[in-house]
Amino acid sequence: MPAKRPKVAVFKFASCDGCQLSLLDAEDALLAVAGAVEIANFAEASRRVVKPPYDIVLVEGSITTPHDVERIREIRKMGKVLITIGACATAGGIQALRNWKDVKDFTRLVYASPEYISTLDRSMPVGSYVHVDFELRGCPINKNQLLEVVNAALNKRKPNIPTHSVCMECKLRGNVCVMVAKQIPCLGPVTQVGCGAICPSYNRGCYGCFGPMENTNPPPLSRQFRAMGKERHDIMLMYRGFNAYAEAFRKESEAHEK
Amino acid sequence: MFIVELSDLQGLITALQGNGYAVIGPTVRDGAITFDTLNSVDELPRGWTDVQEAGSYGIRRREDDALFAYNVGPHSWKKFLFPSRLRLFAAQKAGKGFEVDPAPTGTLPRYAFFGVRSCELAAIAIQDKIFMDGKYTDKHYKTLRKSACIIAVNCVRVGGTCFCDSMNTGPRAKAGFDLALTEVMADGKHHFLVEVGSPLGKSLLQKVTHREAQDAEKVQVDRILKAAEDKMGRTLDTQKLPRVLQDNFEHPRWEDIAKRCLSCANCTMVCPTCFCSTVEDVTDLTGDHAERWRRWDSCFTTDFTKVAGGNMRMSTRTRYRQWMTHKLSNWVEQFGTMGCVGCGRCITWCPVGIDITAEATAIRENSMSTLNG
Repeated sequence: MPAKRPKVAVFKFASCDGCQLSLLDAEDALLAVAGAVEIANFAEASRRVVKPPYDIVLVEGSITTPHDVERIREIRKMGKVLITIGACATAGGIQALRNWKDVKDFTRLVYASPEYISTLDRSMPVGSYVHVDFELRGCPINKNQLLEVVNAALNKRKPNIPTHSVCMECKLRGNVCVMVAKQIPCLGPVTQVGCGAICPSYNRGCYGCFGPMENTNPPPLSRQFRAMGKERHDIMLMYRGFNAYAEAFRKESEAHEK
Repeated sequence: MFIVELSDLQGLITALQGNGYAVIGPTVRDGAITFDTLNSVDELPRGWTDVQEAGSYGIRRREDDALFAYNVGPHSWKKFLFPSRLRLFAAQKAGKGFEVDPAPTGTLPRYAFFGVRSCELAAIAIQDKIFMDGKYTDKHYKTLRKSACIIAVNCVRVGGTCFCDSMNTGPRAKAGFDLALTEVMADGKHHFLVEVGSPLGKSLLQKVTHREAQDAEKVQVDRILKAAEDKMGRTLDTQKLPRVLQDNFEHPRWEDIAKRCLSCANCTMVCPTCFCSTVEDVTDLTGDHAERWRRWDSCFTTDFTKVAGGNMRMSTRTRYRQWMTHKLSNWVEQFGTMGCVGCGRCITWCPVGIDITAEATAIRENSMSTLNG
């Protein structure tokens, strides 16, 4: 353990706070983390703010306003290592559903004086604006994965964050495939592992919360969904979840628009 | 050969438990026939069968109360002999070095595998070659394997994706078991023809009520198993197949498969012979305690062939080709047999139903070599 504890800062953009809260949700491990690092800037945990630079910056949320763009560039300068956490930060989040519409239609509908709203026309991942050192997927992220990344950074080793399919996790757990045995459409074969295959373990198809896996190939899976009786529109909606704007899911949903 | 009546089969499970075995066998769970701890004959999938096709599996009620009238399910015995996750060792910081605590092998369970099909015996024999009969020994595997008891069950019916006949691995168990059972239900009778395969099997049978089989009963079983052999769901022409695949390394079919393949790795996970694993090092936050874990890996993942400088198999085309040619071709050179036993799991459990027998046939029929025209 180095004498000087590494400084960790947490920042949020357009998001629900759920991912950064998984750090506070780490229970027993939280005390160990607090002992191993200096929490330098984490509004959800403490009003204490230590000046930058920071060793590790965790960023939650998507970039949706011109102000966000300026802020993320400043934050990037503060951190040696920048890790994005959660589907908003890595893919634009559920709010990226607006990327298929004209945002002015929404502001006119929602706000009494839409002229005060300054927003970008799309909700984008942090990586679209600044260099990201590591992306931690999920909606929400898995707290064990977050601890693993922090742990690996502290011990200067490679984090064990696999990028293969959810299917492998199902098989490692001994789950019976819900798609093959129960005809339940499942995004597991195109989705990155990380949640522990929660939904298939409870007889649900995977919702794709961790976004497209490595080397993903959705078209044959969609064809199989069609063969199972899913309508094209329903298939489009399956890909339009928390990771709708991740490229592979975006393309596949657009292929099923009409 | 001997006969054990249905009502006396419980005696075999009791005898195994009496000998200190943890009995594992087929049971219905989550809409499939899976392997789990077995305490009673009543936990077997009595009156169930399965329906298997490429990319689909289901269990159905039968009109009788057969105990073994189904084929292999999503699990294979490798999950017990070669667990999906295993701690290889732990290390604790001590002064300037580490104290290493190797994974214990002394307290491992002694398994009795109850209901092992002939193709699965062949798969276990293949994994034996890999894990304990070669130059390097996997101590964990060897300890579990050497202490395991195998009660085989012959397949009196075959499934829609079975092709053990093509691979010469079934449907009748020939070797590699302690006892082999064939379920017979005819003329109001329900009993098991039992073949003894080892001294252990013989001593187990002594503890179970049984009688000598009559010649007619043996002939009856021969007939039942021959009938099963003729109903294989799939066939694979293995004639010169290793060579055919080698000669078609650049066949356009590989690209065609890649367009359909999800590279999800399900085929390798369900395969009873696939033996690839990776190791992951974990530490606690202080770095004082470290562990090395082994877990199943697959040649379909991008990390699998990643080495310093890059990855030698960058596309699904090359990964699928690697998997299939390893199974059906290179394996022969490496281990003296093919790596496929014809169990059909990779066909059934592929979410999009890619069929290894159909792909191999397509390549042979449009071979780019002169070998098979």
